[in-house]
Amino acid sequence: MNLNLQSTDFEIFAIEPRFGLDRAVLDARWKDLQREAHPDRFATADAQSQRQAMQWSVRINEAYQRLKDPLKRAAYLCELNGAPIQAENNTAMPAAFLIQQMQWREDLDEANGLSDLERMADDVALVRRNMLQGLQTTADDLRDWPALAQQVRALMFVERFARDVESRIDLLGQ
Amino acid sequence: MALLQISEPGQSLDPHQRRVAVGIDLGTTHSLVAAVRHGVAECLPATDGRVILPSVVRYLDPAQGGSGRQIGFDALAAQVQDPANTVSSVKRLMGRSRTQVVDVDKLAYTVIEQDGMAVVDTVAGRKTPMEVSAEILATLRFRAEDSFDDELYGAVITVPAYFDDAQRQATKDAAQLAGIHVLRLINEPTAAAIAYGLDNGSEGVYAIYDLGGGTFDISILRLTKGVFEVMATGGDSALGGDDYDQALAAWVIAQAGVSALLNASERAAVHAEARRVKEALSSSASECFRALVAGQAIEKSVTNADFERCTAALTTRTMTAVRKVLRDAGISKDEVNGVVMVGGSTRMPVVRRTVGEFFNQEPLTNLNPDEVVALGAAIQANALAGNSRDGDLLLLDVIPLSLGIETMGGLVERIVPRNSSIPTALAQDFTTYQDGQTALALHVVQGERDLVADCRSLARFELRGIPPMVAGAARIRVTFTVDADGLLSVSAKEQGSGVEARVDVKPAYGLSDEQIAAMLQDSFATAQQDMQARALVEARVDADRMIAATRTALAADADLLEGDERKNIDALIEALSQSITGTEAATIEAATSALAKGTEAFAAMRMNRGIQHALAGKKLEEV
Repeated sequence: MNLNLQSTDFEIFAIEPRFGLDRAVLDARWKDLQREAHPDRFATADAQSQRQAMQWSVRINEAYQRLKDPLKRAAYLCELNGAPIQAENNTAMPAAFLIQQMQWREDLDEANGLSDLERMADDVALVRRNMLQGLQTTADDLRDWPALAQQVRALMFVERFARDVESRIDLLGQ
Repeated sequence: MALLQISEPGQSLDPHQRRVAVGIDLGTTHSLVAAVRHGVAECLPATDGRVILPSVVRYLDPAQGGSGRQIGFDALAAQVQDPANTVSSVKRLMGRSRTQVVDVDKLAYTVIEQDGMAVVDTVAGRKTPMEVSAEILATLRFRAEDSFDDELYGAVITVPAYFDDAQRQATKDAAQLAGIHVLRLINEPTAAAIAYGLDNGSEGVYAIYDLGGGTFDISILRLTKGVFEVMATGGDSALGGDDYDQALAAWVIAQAGVSALLNASERAAVHAEARRVKEALSSSASECFRALVAGQAIEKSVTNADFERCTAALTTRTMTAVRKVLRDAGISKDEVNGVVMVGGSTRMPVVRRTVGEFFNQEPLTNLNPDEVVALGAAIQANALAGNSRDGDLLLLDVIPLSLGIETMGGLVERIVPRNSSIPTALAQDFTTYQDGQTALALHVVQGERDLVADCRSLARFELRGIPPMVAGAARIRVTFTVDADGLLSVSAKEQGSGVEARVDVKPAYGLSDEQIAAMLQDSFATAQQDMQARALVEARVDADRMIAATRTALAADADLLEGDERKNIDALIEALSQSITGTEAATIEAATSALAKGTEAFAAMRMNRGIQHALAGKKLEEV
């Protein structure tokens, strides 16, 4: 296969375009690729080669950032399969999910003390893990891209909430 | 039987013609230069045998005649006698405006604001921090050139990992003023990790705790088979040994009941005494602090416990940063295989003990904490210059602070998150908010806070000429690119019309190319050199470099080229070789860029082959 900067992330890393992946393989390939392409390899080369190296090195890092993050990886699969996420235009969510979100927000507002917050962080982490499991089934077994896009949008809410809990914990730490 | 390869004269690098490449640690209190000699990295000494150069420059009154400045130990010795013209800790001013310099009023010299930049007012005129740093760098460059009796090919210069874009750019500008070709800016803790990692053949996760004279960095690295991957970095670019000195001095003066304001000379003397006492306390339980202030003789015995108490807040600040960086790296402190101590300030027993207790292990201190950064930089410089035969060393570093742009309401839209691997580029689309809007102002900031006012302003620029459209119809893609030096450039393009704007994030705090040119004209570092001769030399060096690089490429991958393509490249090489014999820099430069342009497609093909090669033999997973 002939690779270029427009090749997909999966092609560049020579892995199957699936949600499930072996993180150790991904990390090792990232380093193998950067060994070839990193600008440090071209410090004495001509300007052309340096520019090429820069473009490739950036492209490899971009692909790595996307592939190593489960949420970004799932969103990317949706996009490749014609069901883009369009998070800003599509905010429709099941009612039960929205109610849970509101409950969480209320709990966060009322939380006081580190133990409350850490318990919430654990709860959210558990929900997140279960949702990721669901993502894998939808992507790799069912290959249902519109359904995957919907699950990704829901998970984006959950991750945002997890970040908010974390920043509250950070504030307490200062 | 394998055929021996014989190169044409002048075609490849003679093993004895190694390129002189050095590592420079440009520190707050002192600086060093190191190089790899006979396979071993070592710090290069001055003629008096000392490797340390105090980062101090004293400017003399031009009316008195003479050479105009003292650098290093001579300047340091004159600090108490002439504080107003003796510039120390100039690293704290790099890439900063006056108001951003912490405790600027406590400095013994006068700092004024000029074009948004902190500048030192001396008897010899106003000196930018880059000019002061260039004096130090030039001194180290001459030291290296004398040691090798050869021109310097290039240098790796270290910066605190927590330096922002403006501070990095200022450092690069200083090197340019000193006539040094910067191979790469690398982060100090990363450099230290190289020196340690290669020395001990280590694998695993390492924490590098780097407390220097004026900066604090904490980095978490993963070492695997010669790859140094920075997982996360953090710190404080205005916290260091200087602050411990200040805290001790303030405590002693308060204890002595002195309320009078100190003059500049007294401040310098008290600071120097505080540093002496601090250093003495590293090896003894108590030390007497002696100073003469406001006509009053102070004599106060300081115990280690006193010292720890009056500086406790500073040590706590470093440990807060340590906890934060562990969270960013996504690891717990038990997963850290080793803790490396870097920077002279880690000699303080209280620092070693606090760090050791936190990680529950004895920190590594077997390399000299003053030298380890320069040594690591030298190893990397040697590799970048192509001298090193083992191509195994690879640094994968990160950007220390998030980059973003200002949006409506003074909020920051984060575009490149901190701890992203570099080089990196990220794009974000923006649109207009008024009908018929034809220009868009962009404000680039760096920092972790949500409000623009709390972040560091890097640059403002405008994209003009957007075709008038209804609000929200234009699609403006802003791309941030951070190169391997950690330096940012920003470009913006309206997707429909193709209107483009591009800025190197330089003008806000750095120097423009014209300013650099003007400074080079009257710079001490290069005053003796005729600018024109220099331009010719540089053009020839660039041309030689280009020819050598192209020949190396052809030797490896000529099979990628069709007959005509090969002939064209050969002709361009020949033309460039001819032009070098002439004396017109412009002609040589034109021929160099012609060859560069002519090999563009070839470079792309080679790069793709390299990428394929990286994963050659690796099958698609689970196919």
